[in-house]
Amino acid sequence: MISQLFVLSQRGDNIVFRDYRRDVHKASAETFFRKVKFWNDDGEEDAPPVFNVDGVNYFHVKVAGLLFVATNRVNVSPSLVLELLQRIARLIKDYLGVLNEDSLRKNFVLVYELLDEVIDFGYAQTTSTELLKSYIFNEPIMIDSAVMPPLGAASIFVKGNKRMPGTVITKSVVANEPGGRKREEIFVDVIEKISVTFNSSGYILTSEIDGTIQMKSYLTGNPEIRLALNEDLSIGRSVLPPLTDYASSTAVILDDCNFHESVHLDSFDTDRTLSLVPPDGEFPVMNYRMTQPFKPPFRINALLEETGPLKAEVIIKVCADFNPSINANTVLVQMPVPKFTNRVNFELDHESVGNTTDFKEANKRLEWSIKKVVGGAELTLRAKLTFSQELLGNIMKEAGPVSMTFDIPMYHASRLQVKYLQIAKKSKAHNPYRWVRYVTQANSYVARL
Amino acid sequence: MAPPPAHPQRSPSPSQPSGKSEVTDLRSQLRQLAGSRAPGADDAKRDLFKKVISNMTIGIDVSSLFGEMVMCSATSDIVLKKMCYLYVGNYAKVNPDLALLTINFLQRDCKDDDPMIRGLALRSLCSLRVANLVEYLVGPLGSGLKDNNSYVRTVAVIGVVKLYHISASTCLDADFPATLKHLMLNDPDTQVVANCLSALQEIWTLESTSSEEAAKERETLVSKPVIYYLLNRIKEFSEWAQCLVLELVAKYIPSDNSEIFDIMNLLEDRLQHANGAVVLATSKVFLHLTLSMADVHQQVYERIKAPLLTQVSAGSPEQSYAVLSHLHLLVMRAPYIFSSDYKHFYCQYNEPSYVKKLKLEMLTAVANESNTYDIVTELCEYAANVDIPIARESIRAVGKIALQQYDVNAIVDRLLQFLEMEKDYVTCEALVLVKDLLRKYPQWSQDCIAVVGNISSKNVQEPKAKAALIWMLGEYSQDMPDAPYVLESLVENWDEEHSAEVRLHLLTAVMKCFFKRAPETQKALGAGLAAGLADFHQDVHDRALFYYRLLQYKVSVAESVVNPPKQAVSVFADSQSSEIKDRIFDEFNSLSVIYQKPSYMFTDKEHRGTFEFSDELANLTINAEAGDSAVPAQRVEANDNDLLLSITEKEEGRDAASNGSAYSAPSYDGASATSAASQSLADLAFSSTSGSGQAPASSFAIDDLLGLDFSVGAAATPTPPPLSLNPKAVLDPGTFQQKWRQLPLSLSEDFSLSPQGVAALATSNALLRHMQSHSIHCIASGGQSPNFKFFFFAQKAESASIYLVELLINSSSAKSQIKIKADDQSTSQAFSTLFQSALSKFGTA
Repeated sequence: MISQLFVLSQRGDNIVFRDYRRDVHKASAETFFRKVKFWNDDGEEDAPPVFNVDGVNYFHVKVAGLLFVATNRVNVSPSLVLELLQRIARLIKDYLGVLNEDSLRKNFVLVYELLDEVIDFGYAQTTSTELLKSYIFNEPIMIDSAVMPPLGAASIFVKGNKRMPGTVITKSVVANEPGGRKREEIFVDVIEKISVTFNSSGYILTSEIDGTIQMKSYLTGNPEIRLALNEDLSIGRSVLPPLTDYASSTAVILDDCNFHESVHLDSFDTDRTLSLVPPDGEFPVMNYRMTQPFKPPFRINALLEETGPLKAEVIIKVCADFNPSINANTVLVQMPVPKFTNRVNFELDHESVGNTTDFKEANKRLEWSIKKVVGGAELTLRAKLTFSQELLGNIMKEAGPVSMTFDIPMYHASRLQVKYLQIAKKSKAHNPYRWVRYVTQANSYVARL
Repeated sequence: MAPPPAHPQRSPSPSQPSGKSEVTDLRSQLRQLAGSRAPGADDAKRDLFKKVISNMTIGIDVSSLFGEMVMCSATSDIVLKKMCYLYVGNYAKVNPDLALLTINFLQRDCKDDDPMIRGLALRSLCSLRVANLVEYLVGPLGSGLKDNNSYVRTVAVIGVVKLYHISASTCLDADFPATLKHLMLNDPDTQVVANCLSALQEIWTLESTSSEEAAKERETLVSKPVIYYLLNRIKEFSEWAQCLVLELVAKYIPSDNSEIFDIMNLLEDRLQHANGAVVLATSKVFLHLTLSMADVHQQVYERIKAPLLTQVSAGSPEQSYAVLSHLHLLVMRAPYIFSSDYKHFYCQYNEPSYVKKLKLEMLTAVANESNTYDIVTELCEYAANVDIPIARESIRAVGKIALQQYDVNAIVDRLLQFLEMEKDYVTCEALVLVKDLLRKYPQWSQDCIAVVGNISSKNVQEPKAKAALIWMLGEYSQDMPDAPYVLESLVENWDEEHSAEVRLHLLTAVMKCFFKRAPETQKALGAGLAAGLADFHQDVHDRALFYYRLLQYKVSVAESVVNPPKQAVSVFADSQSSEIKDRIFDEFNSLSVIYQKPSYMFTDKEHRGTFEFSDELANLTINAEAGDSAVPAQRVEANDNDLLLSITEKEEGRDAASNGSAYSAPSYDGASATSAASQSLADLAFSSTSGSGQAPASSFAIDDLLGLDFSVGAAATPTPPPLSLNPKAVLDPGTFQQKWRQLPLSLSEDFSLSPQGVAALATSNALLRHMQSHSIHCIASGGQSPNFKFFFFAQKAESASIYLVELLINSSSAKSQIKIKADDQSTSQAFSTLFQSALSKFGTA
């Protein structure tokens, strides 16, 4: 049960504010924002998604720089409220095409319409984009960025939001396109977020892939869709020989997975196909988790050496261990250095375009960003550190670990594939566009010193 | 042409409110448009309405436009209508007179041909929240509930709850709950069913504080027919409604094991749902159903583990935190089940600290012989982390693992390495840990002392760490050559030491050191005592004085007081009582898990909601855990304030309840008041006559209330058969709990206690022994003066019929209250008499 729901901008302005039950004071948005902003004295830590101030529970999720907040006074399932907030954000995106402060401000009346139907007196009613269509009458007002960017580039995947990557599609489910007729198309994105921890000698300590198959359908007439995955896919970790060589084994073994409601698994056990009638809007068809060893796309070697009483040298080497036809984008390598570091001189192997280095003095961190890394490339960064005073302890304990973020389109670390995407056809002439895309992103990609 | 939509030359940005003048502006524009039927007027209105709503959103009071808004609302444009509804809903409450203006058009819209308009109008009508308008609600709501369109019905059902909040009596008089119950069991639309369930839960929960009937109705929601009806349709429900149903199923108590397995098989695939809320709600059902079957319960942990881990990694960071908190709870309850999954609990560098903290605790809990090495190695990585709070937590985690493991060799080495890391906070945390470690494993003193001895006290600034270092200096002064001199220099800087804790430790350490190395310490001791006596801090002063007098009295006695032979600590006290933990587990899939507190600690009584079904059973679970069924007394730690809190709160609730309740009729209060008076006069306890005098009247009342056949009551009342109890009755806490939940309340009475009885309460367990001598056995007790709470049970002799009693005593007011639940309700009055007479003898023997 929810008492109020509001959406705040990054600066704490109310964009939408809906009071369902009136048992929480009106100033809750202010209370909330102050609390979140000054969670503890130094402002270092983030406020947890759920907290209680004076008997009022505040739930919030961050989506696209906006805070979606719910308040109440009763003890409810936190995951239900958080999931609901997340879903409301997605719903709004489905209708507006783009979710950001601007689009929300321009369309707040439509958002109120949605909120009225999604929640009544604090009780969740429906979050189905499709069902809601018949209750929504406002036409979305498109904002400029809603113009479709060209397909393909991975820059489309919104950065800085590691778990819920946005997709290219910025088309509203209700608005008509300039041409009048809607384009029949369906998007399937296989998004994998990988976490790898290397120890100081480059050996993999832990690795995990969290994947999701995301779908967004603009098909009319609700045709049934069949989605075939790798035939040798298996689920549940059987007892494997502990050190399976990932190069030689071909089977994809997932630890566990879950599916969207609309998915029928009747033939999943036999031929690994999912059948579903996709609802409107964006939704995850399947989420999966894999801890089976896999080939990490990047190898990182980092060295830190004292070269004098007030000097040290860092060498970071990054090897792109994937096919040269593939590029990694927006690569960023970071490393904390000892806190007495006051000057850093960088030396790059070969000056390539879009390579920048920086020493963040405030938090004593090296940053090396590379716009594009071609498969098979090997890049090295040397940095000479100067300290303001002598180090007492072990220099290795003062620095590191090296962490890395990147996007690799057309790459799927787990080797899970959508073998085919079949749309039950209404007529021969009817051939909707199908887009199946892959992207691998770094979630926590760390090499220790 | 349309009249020029008078657009002022102002920035159209709705985010820049200019305040009062804008409102006046809007008013005049609205007036111009009010009667206009010209084409294009609707568009102009839309723009204006949008501005009004945008002002409303950012908190500007636009309620003064109410009249104009209503005038403009005569339109067929649905977008306009919706905006107008939103506005009216927001401001009707502060404008009750004007709200009357809207009733007309809303009522008309409730009869519109378009079901959507009917629904919208009905929703707005119910959202006005103006008390004097409720009469206009009943009619439209009644027809809304019967509407042939499911959308209107879903709206109407929630409308009933809204009405209930405006005027409960109107809602009940119209018999809406009964209608909802019928709808819930018959409506083809699952959202209608789900809303009925929400509505009934809310209404009956609120009603049940004053009406036993409502409490019974609420219980019927978890009855087998309802549960099965809902379960059989579970897949038709929306995911949110599924959560609602599952939450209800978790409260259901199946009659046998095969039923449990049926339910679990039916819900198995819900664990594969992409929605984390559904997965958690399903997990709760599984966990709660299998509580009584230890081995199956364990399998449930295994079964839900993978889906929960997937939720942690697949969901949004927020959802992931919510699920992780639940995993944390499970890990803490059954660490051994997760011991091979420890790698999942490794921290990722980019996780927020609240997630890292949970993971560190989980890593600590799952550490066992086989994985400790890996875990401690990982934790040591975090100790060097740039995130200092987490680095500290990691060191503490290493220490905790050391304290719970038998093989601590490797860990001690790591801890000692921390001491040498030369980072202030690392040294400090490590010192505190080494101290605790030495208290548990004195055999490590040689190794540790060697390292600790090298630490300069000047580098240790944090009070906790400094106190730990000083403690070690005192305790192991015989092994640390410098100890007396280090202490001496610390005493010299007495005035600069701001922490009283450190000064206290310093006094004790100097004393200890003195008894081991008198000549070297004498000077430090003298200076320390002098400084202590002059200290402004009361505790420090007192301790110095105490030591001084002790030394004056006899040095050997002082030594035996300060330096007695010590026993190693085997287990350090847990910060949270197992009772609290069990209670949190009962409230699985709620905020209690996130806050790590049971709900009564963070919600007001009236906001508990439906999670509090097993309210009074909370402190029973402790017994279930102990598994020691026959032991009558379970003493709850005396300092458990939380329990006290729950009792006082409950008493308040009860007081309120009995005021409004139908059956605590005046005759009742009178009876107890008289008896109270007679007691205080004559020091006489309840005589058996007064007890039986009460009996007929009350059992009639109860029969009435419970809707029992009158003849049953009549047969029982004239001559209550002498009731005898089985002195050797046995009941295990699990069954008690189950029964308490299942049985309706059959009797509740208030009465006073004799002064002797109150006095005798001070002796722990006296009451329990006393009642046991009357064949009434205690199954759980708790509380702190002046509030005590007991659960008793008794069994009718030569019969399986069980009586369950909850007894609340307030020793300062000598008031007590009993609640009786019985298998055989017809004899509960007789039992109550027996119980009270037994209680009245308490203290007099």
